[in-house]
Amino acid sequence: MIPAAFEYSRATSVKQAVAQLGAAGPEGKVIAGGQSLLPLMRLRLSQPTYLVDVNGVRELDYIHPDGQFLRVGAMSRHVTLARSEVVRAQLPLLAEMASQVGDAQVRTRGTLGGVFAHADAAGDYPTLAVMLDATVVTDRRRIPAREFFQHLFTTALESDELVCEVVFPIARGPHRYLKFRRRLYDWAIVGAAVQQLDSGWRVGLTHMGPTPVRATGVEERLSAGAAPPEACAAAADGLEPPSDVRASAAYRRHLAQVLTRRALEQAA
Amino acid sequence: MAVSQLIGARVQRREDPRLITGHGRFIEDHTLPGLTHMAVVRSPHPHARVLGIDASAATALPGVLAVFTAVDFHRILSGTMPVTPSFAPEKKYVPGRFPIADQEVCFQGEPVAVVVATDRYQAADAVDLVHVTYAPLPAVVDPEVALRPDSAKAHVDGPDNIGWDMTYDGGDIEAAFAKAEIRVTERILQQRLAPTAMETRGVMASYSPYDEQLTVWLSSQNPHFIRLFVSGAMGIPESRVRGVSPDVGGGFGSKISPYPEDYLVPAASKLLGRPVRWIETRTESIMTTIHGRGQVFTAEAAALRDGTLLGLRLTQVLDLGAYHGTFGAFQACACLMAGGVYRWEAIQARTIGVLTNKVPTDPYRGAGRPEGTHLCERMVDRVAQELGMDPVEIRRKNFAREFPFMNNFGLTYDSGNYDGTLDRALELSDYQGWRRRQEEARGQGRLVGIGVSTWVEICGLGPSQPTAAATGGIALVEAAQIRFLPSGSVAAYVGTHAHGQGHDTTFSQIIADTLGVPLDAVDLRHGDTAEGPSFGYGTYGSRSLAVGGMALLTASNQILDKARRLAAHLLEAAPDDLEFTAGAFSVKGNPQASKTIQEVAFAAYGAGLPEGMEQGLEAVSHFDPPNFVWPFGAHICVVEVDRETGAVEIQSYTAVDDCGNVINPMIVEGQLHGGIAQSVAQALFEEVVYDHESGQLVTATMLDYLVPTINEMPVPTLDRTVTPSPTNSLGVKGIGEAGTIAASAAVINAVCDALGPLGIHHVDMPASPDRIWQLMQEARR
Repeated sequence: MIPAAFEYSRATSVKQAVAQLGAAGPEGKVIAGGQSLLPLMRLRLSQPTYLVDVNGVRELDYIHPDGQFLRVGAMSRHVTLARSEVVRAQLPLLAEMASQVGDAQVRTRGTLGGVFAHADAAGDYPTLAVMLDATVVTDRRRIPAREFFQHLFTTALESDELVCEVVFPIARGPHRYLKFRRRLYDWAIVGAAVQQLDSGWRVGLTHMGPTPVRATGVEERLSAGAAPPEACAAAADGLEPPSDVRASAAYRRHLAQVLTRRALEQAA
Repeated sequence: MAVSQLIGARVQRREDPRLITGHGRFIEDHTLPGLTHMAVVRSPHPHARVLGIDASAATALPGVLAVFTAVDFHRILSGTMPVTPSFAPEKKYVPGRFPIADQEVCFQGEPVAVVVATDRYQAADAVDLVHVTYAPLPAVVDPEVALRPDSAKAHVDGPDNIGWDMTYDGGDIEAAFAKAEIRVTERILQQRLAPTAMETRGVMASYSPYDEQLTVWLSSQNPHFIRLFVSGAMGIPESRVRGVSPDVGGGFGSKISPYPEDYLVPAASKLLGRPVRWIETRTESIMTTIHGRGQVFTAEAAALRDGTLLGLRLTQVLDLGAYHGTFGAFQACACLMAGGVYRWEAIQARTIGVLTNKVPTDPYRGAGRPEGTHLCERMVDRVAQELGMDPVEIRRKNFAREFPFMNNFGLTYDSGNYDGTLDRALELSDYQGWRRRQEEARGQGRLVGIGVSTWVEICGLGPSQPTAAATGGIALVEAAQIRFLPSGSVAAYVGTHAHGQGHDTTFSQIIADTLGVPLDAVDLRHGDTAEGPSFGYGTYGSRSLAVGGMALLTASNQILDKARRLAAHLLEAAPDDLEFTAGAFSVKGNPQASKTIQEVAFAAYGAGLPEGMEQGLEAVSHFDPPNFVWPFGAHICVVEVDRETGAVEIQSYTAVDDCGNVINPMIVEGQLHGGIAQSVAQALFEEVVYDHESGQLVTATMLDYLVPTINEMPVPTLDRTVTPSPTNSLGVKGIGEAGTIAASAAVINAVCDALGPLGIHHVDMPASPDRIWQLMQEARR
């Protein structure tokens, strides 16, 4: 519970943060809300030699509707997303997810950009980003969400690259996010998100593999007119979820089907 | 006793304003000039030989003062850590345990070296630089595997893994089973639990070489015992060692027995000549603080078709871990209490203590009694289910009803009214209504279950004869000292230790009522061996009130006796002619002639005392109770199990308990809330998991060790009945462990009741959604 030694600097602009990260070298890390990074550092599972604190980068703290898209700055806190009138009107599923992240402390400190950069398999927003084909905008490029998440805790980011914004398509139709947890504040053992678009249903699953997945099999069956119970039988097709102390892979596969069906039934 | 104003009242906890505003002083809040910081190098292997330790890189790190290993500690410490007889006096194999491993490590987390540095960060960095060469040895993780002749041995030089193997015979078991019309068997697991007190362990020690004085601050439930052990190991007279256990953030039994660090920190202080402090991290806590439970039971019950219980035969396989916990064999009391609140013709209980390559087990809130209750209540439900009887009916048919009641093993339950608590619980929980709703739910395909747990426990440790035998010498009586100071305030010292129990409030209520002084005039002190009576016996086993409270009462009465004689002298009356009300002695029939107790106290320090009376107004009392005390109650839990996910949701929880007379109902309710929560946690959430192949602890953080939060807890509906204990003049029993003893059986009985229509008759703990889903899958096949 005692982190290893590290250096620390505070940035107030994207430009400054990227420069500091570049100087920090490959063992440098960005710290935003710190709700995932600090516990790992306290256990010495993560031992960055340098932390660049971006809490002072005000230019990344915004929520902008932009035509058919919602641009969300990386420094948006969960609590802000959960309460934002704009988010609740333009992409209510994001607000619903934000309101269920961790506990009040996590929601107050944690940021959207941090969730993307950390890329925990049980993270909630990544599922939404992948299922809706969102785009991750960094200081130097735009990366489709489905390419951004590469593996467990592994993203397409360079070591000195900063997540600046995530661009989600606007979606106001029926939606629901259900996550199965043992305790209210836990990460999802499995999560299922559904969103109806003009083109049909989008379905995403959390913690059913190292990265978030879009359950295209379910989407296709729904498009073909299948009822939710029948469509959801395909939820875990082709997936190899983890087996761990919380749940076996077989149970996760079962949960994916149940939660997807319930999310579709409850979508509003 | 004076007119009772405070006893029985909902007095708010006096300790809370300080504690809940962050002004408590725990171990890490204590510091000393020149303090150094210790961190422990621990074995990553469950079992290995230590081939060598290279500390050169660590000692070269700035700020590192020393790296000590077993070689250094052997110069300071002698002997091995204590193991008591408890409830398994006939031990077969007790591996000696020195506080730090020498040549062989036997569990993951066992200390192999310590680093002392000028700050805690440097100490932690240096731990990573101590290079220990290990040669891994075969490890045994599962206690049932450890029993097999071909098993790996937890200690390479051990004869086998059997710490003890003894059988308690309570009646003619063969005769009882010969009459059986039905028999049921079950295998019941008690998973390992991590006590997870909010404050982890911590020790600070300062050894003064010039006068050979040692002071040890530690987070302990019984500092006097730790002083006894540490002074012995270090060869320092007990009188020159001071143990201080200040505010302690929870113990739940995990801070009773001595730990390696209790010896290593004082020894490091002596080696280094500077004060040393060590604070346990949360992962160290889950890995190296004792675990509770860790038992596998196989049981067979015999009964008549009308529900009459006949016999119970059981085997307890108790996972000791790598060494015997100091009070590890206390958990064998599960055997002695396996009969619960019922009349059985015979019970035969075999207990086997088994060594494995894991951290030792030791008493954890309830310690043997939750296990015994869970076993008994599950078996009674299984019999009822086989017979198609309502669980309430079978309980009523077999309740003990005549008190004192002697159970099959000769233990005498002091008082009880099991029908009384059950009746009230049925009414309060709307049992009949829930049975109707359960039928409706079943009609809709929903899985609703109702579980009953009628429990009794042995607590209030304890009478001197059996407890002296259990500890190997020192009786677990209790001592108290009361000093009435000249200006009218009262300092009371007690050998118990409060770490959440609220003694500052409840004990002061007793003293204030008895001495007729305001509550604010009483200052309750505990936890410092430098003050108060010569020995204190600590807090565990729901003993503090029934034993320590009685010591305070008898000391208060001794004060009152002397004050009465002095008041009589001052009022020129005979002592018997005085009455004591509202804090004043007055002559019967002449209320003008009176002296307040404060006036008498002041006079006690002056001149003109009666012939033969010494100055001062203080008393010391040891209370040796004639029996244990036997609280009891009835808990009823209603759950609904999600047919698809297996998730259990508690719909309703009702507890009607009887702990005799009550000093402060609010404290009793608080203890029940906490105890029920801790037991629901066992039933549904918590489990220490080791990988069976590698012996590695899997649940090493609070992310994976699932301590539930307030969000997952039912709000229990509580009520009480009052059946005073005849064992002590306060008429009180213990309540600290009651909720933990009662609740797991109520929850699991409810889960099994819910799953019964699917053909599932038993669910082990924790009844996790994954586990229940697996059972439902198997039941479908």
